[in-house]
Amino acid sequence: MSVRPIKILQLYPRDMNIYGDWGNTLTLKRRLEWRGYTVDLLSYNPGDTFPTDIDLIVGGGGQDSGQTKIGNDLIGIGPTLRQLADEGVPMLVICGLYQQFGHFFKTKDGTIIEGIGLLDIETTGGDARMIGNIVTSSDDFGDIVGYENHSGVTTLGPKAQPLGRVIVGAGNNGDDHTEGARYKYVIGTYLHGSLLPKNPAIADWLIEHAVMHAGGSYLPTTVDDTLAQHARDIAKKRPR
Amino acid sequence: MRHTITTLVGKSVRQVARLRGDGSALPGLVVEHIDPQFVARTLAKLSRGVVLITGTNGKTTTTKMVTALLESQGLRVFTNPTGSNFTRGVAAAIVGAANRRGIIDADIAVLELDEAYAVHFVRAVQPSYCLLLNVMRDQLDRFGEIDKTADLLHIVAERTTRGIIINRDDPRLGASSFRDSLVAPIVTYGVAPKLAALFPSDDNLRGSSLSATQPTTVNDVCLESLYDHTATIRYGTSFHEITLQLDGIYNVQNAVGAIATTRVVVGDALDEHAMLAALSRVTPAFGRGETIAVDGIDYQLILVKNPAGFRLGIKSFESSGHEIMIAINDNYADGRDMSWLWDVDFEELQSIAVVTGIRAYDMALRLQYDNVAVGRIEPSITQAFTVLRALPGGKPRRIYCTYTAMLALRKELAKYAAVGRIS
Repeated sequence: MSVRPIKILQLYPRDMNIYGDWGNTLTLKRRLEWRGYTVDLLSYNPGDTFPTDIDLIVGGGGQDSGQTKIGNDLIGIGPTLRQLADEGVPMLVICGLYQQFGHFFKTKDGTIIEGIGLLDIETTGGDARMIGNIVTSSDDFGDIVGYENHSGVTTLGPKAQPLGRVIVGAGNNGDDHTEGARYKYVIGTYLHGSLLPKNPAIADWLIEHAVMHAGGSYLPTTVDDTLAQHARDIAKKRPR
Repeated sequence: MRHTITTLVGKSVRQVARLRGDGSALPGLVVEHIDPQFVARTLAKLSRGVVLITGTNGKTTTTKMVTALLESQGLRVFTNPTGSNFTRGVAAAIVGAANRRGIIDADIAVLELDEAYAVHFVRAVQPSYCLLLNVMRDQLDRFGEIDKTADLLHIVAERTTRGIIINRDDPRLGASSFRDSLVAPIVTYGVAPKLAALFPSDDNLRGSSLSATQPTTVNDVCLESLYDHTATIRYGTSFHEITLQLDGIYNVQNAVGAIATTRVVVGDALDEHAMLAALSRVTPAFGRGETIAVDGIDYQLILVKNPAGFRLGIKSFESSGHEIMIAINDNYADGRDMSWLWDVDFEELQSIAVVTGIRAYDMALRLQYDNVAVGRIEPSITQAFTVLRALPGGKPRRIYCTYTAMLALRKELAKYAAVGRIS
């Protein structure tokens, strides 16, 4: 395992961190460390120089004000992010950044916030807040449990595949039973709670591709996920 | 006549509810239903009006402080000291305090209200004064974004007639945009810039710069220094040293807000000496660091309900020498979303004796990722309390708990010790 440190980049942690997004970053970091990898944790905020040799990117949700603040900067680094995605860099974006990784977000008053079009999705502001515990199902990751809280209504284009199919909850739009979107090794989703601690299968999938990107081969030594399993079981039984 | 009937119905419901051991809000619910104007009508009779206290953290203890401070000035104060900070909680408290004709024997009301209910309340009752404490992430599942919560407090301020007291260190409340368009006079309070690091807001959580502001008005009340329990507080041109019985850095900040409020309400007639003496005697409100002894061992309850409160709760209390239990429920009053636990750093707690509550496993999972050892995971609060009691050694117990978990724990404690009634 003589692989170089795995470089994780947090996108806009200052403005986009609203729903326990740190939990996702921490989960990736710890699960790498528990397996003997060294982690180099970097942050990118508006105006920073975009770092090189990134193996894994995580980004979170924000308030409307946060989304506006980072909007232009994100457009600027959009080409870089799209290129990295095509090179196989895994990414996880939640809620606000999920929306802005799509083509656009049209707010309720008609304002259009341009996205970077990395994911083939479109979002419009809706009237109802989709809020509560959510369970979805995925062939690759099994059941995915989390908490959703959004009023954006997202629809997938032909190039995006959903992350999961909604079992309980609203998902992308409350209508077509899809939740989240995937493109190559990029995952966008509305689920927080935080997502990765209670869904270690997704965390390990991201880690596997990050390690491969860093030139290593992934050795899946086990992490004890007993607590995560119990927490998942209970979350599934709670009222929405 | 209607007022009297409503009062009597409310009192009867209250008596029945008490006999059945029911919660405190039922009479309020009934009264609101049969007579929606009851609360407004009763409070309108108070000569000095209403002080409304709202914000995310510290409402209950601050309400207790403001009440004590105003009483030290000879005012007769009606308050809702129960943490039942919804409008029906206020109605229930009025039913309890009023005479049979529905009149409260008081000069002024000091009421704590949940942010969303405060807006509902001010539509019916215009407060004379409001004290706006802070806007933190709390129950985002109910309020949505914190910017929206700040908007709610702005509505409260707009409806206030005589004085608005604002925590200037809060990034949203302290912003000049918040003050624009407010009509009633504004008074600020806060901490000296060198103390800002002790009071991190959510915006400082992941790398924003610290946001302590300079006092902006001559009426500002400022915490200048803090050593252990002794605070130096400046207002006007004078400095005052005061020793508090309250633990927790946040309580000191709220004490500064309570002084600012008292100065505004009482004005020139203020008896400073009596005010400061009263403040030094205030003890924590239930579940806010209160200590209950069982078998000669102290059990301290610390209510946690959002990341900022939990972080401050950990920072404010030395963890060594204690057996620590964490009790996390996700009932409606606690907030259903568990994300907030991931915005608290637990590393300095080192080890936790017991983790309990409906979401005990979420909490244990959180601690796993901070490499904090957990002695026992027991979702049932009743059984967890038995485990905690049975631990060998006489170390004091400290329990961090969400709201409904705290109510359950007080029931357990009441089996072995005198526990003040929440009603």
